[in-house]
Amino acid sequence: MNTQEKYNLAEQVIAHALKNGAQQASVSIYESRSSEIEIRDQQIDKLSESNRNNMTINLYVDKKYSSHSTNRMKKDELMKFVDEGIAATRYLAEDEYRMLPGPELYYKGGGSDLNVIDSSIASIETPVKIDLAKAVLNEAFKKDGRIISVTSSYSDSLSNSVLVTSNGFKGDSARSNVDLYAEISVKTDKGRPSDYWYESALFFDKLKKTDIGKKALERTLKKIGPTKISSGKYPMIMENRVAANLLSPVFSALQGYSLYQKQSFLAGKKDQPVASKVLTIFDDPAIPSGPGSRYFDGEGLALAKRPIIEEGVLRSYYIDTYYGRKLGMDPTSGSITNVVFRLGDRDMDGMIKSLKKGILVTGFNGGNCNGSTGDFSYGIEGYLVENGAIIHPVNEMNITGNMTQIWMNLAEAGNDIIEGSSFRVPSLMIDNVDFSGI
Amino acid sequence: MLYKRRDFIRISGITAAGSLVIPSLLQSCKGSALSGNFSTYLDHFEVTPELLKKVIRIAMSKGGDYADLYFEHTLNNYSNLEDGKVNQASSNVTYGVGIRVLKGDQTGYAFTEIISPEAMIKAANTAASIANDTGKTIIENISEYTAPNLYPVTTSWEDTSVKDKIPFLERVNEKIFGLDPKVTKVNASIGDTTSYILFYNSEGLLACDYRPLVYLNATCVMEKDGRIENFGVSSSARMGSEFLTNDLVDTLAKDAVEKTNLQFEAGKPKAGEMEVVMSSGESGILLHEAIGHSFEADYNRKETSIFSDKLNKKVAENFITIVDDGTLPSNRGSLNFDDEGSPTENTVIVKDGLLTSYLHDRISAAYYKVKPTGNGRRQSFRFMPVPRMRCTRMENGPHKKEEIIASVKNGIYVDSFSNGQVNTGQGDFTFFVKAGYIIENGKLTMPIKDINIIGNGPQALADIVMAANDTKLADGTWTCGKAGQSVPVTMGLPTVKIKKLVVGGVNA
Repeated sequence: MNTQEKYNLAEQVIAHALKNGAQQASVSIYESRSSEIEIRDQQIDKLSESNRNNMTINLYVDKKYSSHSTNRMKKDELMKFVDEGIAATRYLAEDEYRMLPGPELYYKGGGSDLNVIDSSIASIETPVKIDLAKAVLNEAFKKDGRIISVTSSYSDSLSNSVLVTSNGFKGDSARSNVDLYAEISVKTDKGRPSDYWYESALFFDKLKKTDIGKKALERTLKKIGPTKISSGKYPMIMENRVAANLLSPVFSALQGYSLYQKQSFLAGKKDQPVASKVLTIFDDPAIPSGPGSRYFDGEGLALAKRPIIEEGVLRSYYIDTYYGRKLGMDPTSGSITNVVFRLGDRDMDGMIKSLKKGILVTGFNGGNCNGSTGDFSYGIEGYLVENGAIIHPVNEMNITGNMTQIWMNLAEAGNDIIEGSSFRVPSLMIDNVDFSGI
Repeated sequence: MLYKRRDFIRISGITAAGSLVIPSLLQSCKGSALSGNFSTYLDHFEVTPELLKKVIRIAMSKGGDYADLYFEHTLNNYSNLEDGKVNQASSNVTYGVGIRVLKGDQTGYAFTEIISPEAMIKAANTAASIANDTGKTIIENISEYTAPNLYPVTTSWEDTSVKDKIPFLERVNEKIFGLDPKVTKVNASIGDTTSYILFYNSEGLLACDYRPLVYLNATCVMEKDGRIENFGVSSSARMGSEFLTNDLVDTLAKDAVEKTNLQFEAGKPKAGEMEVVMSSGESGILLHEAIGHSFEADYNRKETSIFSDKLNKKVAENFITIVDDGTLPSNRGSLNFDDEGSPTENTVIVKDGLLTSYLHDRISAAYYKVKPTGNGRRQSFRFMPVPRMRCTRMENGPHKKEEIIASVKNGIYVDSFSNGQVNTGQGDFTFFVKAGYIIENGKLTMPIKDINIIGNGPQALADIVMAANDTKLADGTWTCGKAGQSVPVTMGLPTVKIKKLVVGGVNA
């Protein structure tokens, strides 16, 4: 279906819903195509291609609400699907807070070009993809006697969607993505450490295509022979590649759903300090070619750049229309777009050089965070740093604490963000972290 | 990686309400020589035996060794109670066919969501391109697979409307609020899934399956002196709506209230290595993470598992026997056949301390020259199958729970978990403890919560120094994630003691 056909189908489904008992409805239609080629050692391990589509219909019937989705797009069947959805909705309890957003909040067009779609990806031939993945693999293949497995992959995707609501919103969006990835395992006396590297871009021409296998191999070899060290409080440097893990409980606690369900350690903290002054985070939906850039969210709400945390003070939550009404708060959009940090003035290596004794964390292994209290505990791996130098890899250790406390202890944000991720998080230095080891 | 449904829902958003559209079901058999049930499934997916054979011929036309077709029609329903009212429901329909071609251990894969001859032939050509040769002779005599009936259903979910579920969700709410005045919020949800599966491969094997799955989740939130704590509980099975009973609701409600209450008294242990006693039941997460994933034969075939050279070697004390079972009646992890047409079985992976088998799909079984163990599973027709666990459990040991706890001077006892993870190469695994106790001088003392435990798989397996005679299955809504695919699993364990694991905690 092209965009116009999607709009037409969405409008027909909405018209059918309104005619058959719904007072409001919204319909989104999503379509994507993707391909993936995985090479292991020198042979193609997996080759796959897929096309998928989906329609989601939100129904508002006599103050009752339900949502239905299907990948069966035949028109007559969809109409029956809507009828059954309306019948099921009538069984539910009334919910005065369920209705479409006010039309004044919708995106009305006129945004500058976000530049997030590379249609040329659809015409890249399979042999080109195989050659790219093989080149990644060959950067590492047989480059060290301890290697037992080198896997590389090329993957790409193109997706597009439309959203139509019965109170006047109509919008479409499209996005492309292309990735190259390498993963390496080596055999040692103690275990078979592995690590990976990848590059990701929205545009094929902008994708960095070299030094992926090489970096994966370097990272894997550096991990050989890990030991755990004594439990204690140490300063922690968190590598940019994994720092978003530490941020995700914060973003979860900022959601309207979490606030309403009393599962947020940030409830009632607006305009109060929740982190050290070093921390300033914006949500910015308008970064050109940003992986999270978009004009409107899943409800059609217009998006704008806004501060989330400014010099440690909480400025804004992620509030969708429904929980906004329940909480008595203005909706801000419940969607996270691009997370942008105020950057410091040195990178991870600079931080390592000035660290007397501490732990550089480069990977997470499980763990979780209690959303109500912010208490967390995560498995980690990384390196012991002493007198400005990496001494040896560490593994089988945990970090444990409280989210508010750990962000209060943020001493420094680096200047080394990873492009190609919507969480543009730099490497971080955090004081006084509880590590468990021997 | 393993997680409870409750956490999964939050990531993926809600699905599901009432009965839904099922196209062309239960038409008469269109003159094929197949028995009734198979004809129904062929009609359901609007295919004929001739079309199946044709698509397989195309899939094999470039020299593949093997090909299969996996047709799926899945209906999900979800209904949720919030603020005492069932006012949220959603549903999802997924329909399509996945076509796979194997050439040695190479895989070509494509799927289509439109089951027409043209779309299937196009997908078959894509999958076929993994091979680059001339076609081979294939078996065209259809053999009907007679599957067991591990999950009989009394009342199907298609015959159950959201209206029938509401009283159970309301009862969860009433019970939890009724048990403790500190309760401030209750969330409860029911999710049911019905899948129709039709499978055909280049060996002529034709199989069909009707797979029900349901869970009931409840989250209790309490406030006390300005502090807020919550706890989630769940139960799941491959059953129809006979799964929903007042007894089930009452048991879950009681458990949720007790566990939430304990959270107010709970603290954190001292950080570091110590003895860990794992309770019977849900602590089976230990098996799933510490050894289960590392036993999955794709990792071993690629030599990237810490257990890659341990087959037939001693890996645990003599009293330890561990199985991965796909045949437990109505169990969330069970299947009548796996997602590549192999019979499921009760696979013994550690027998009296010896590593006796990995968990195989077709690819790894061919590589190791053994029979598939029925562990080839996939999230849906959109994914190629890989070796996955089903119900991973340990059989009874010689000790008693009381003597195990009494034997610990300084350690912890753990019995509720939310998630776990493993790095299969280095063997480091973790699990996150939602509830447990400190053990001092052989006695349970202060409750603990929200700590991660990390260990090394082979070491932890060798360090299981005691196992009790109280093995128990966990029936929570456990979902296992691997290679971007989620599948339902379960686990079981008797009370065991592990000599040493690294416990997350505080430093003086």
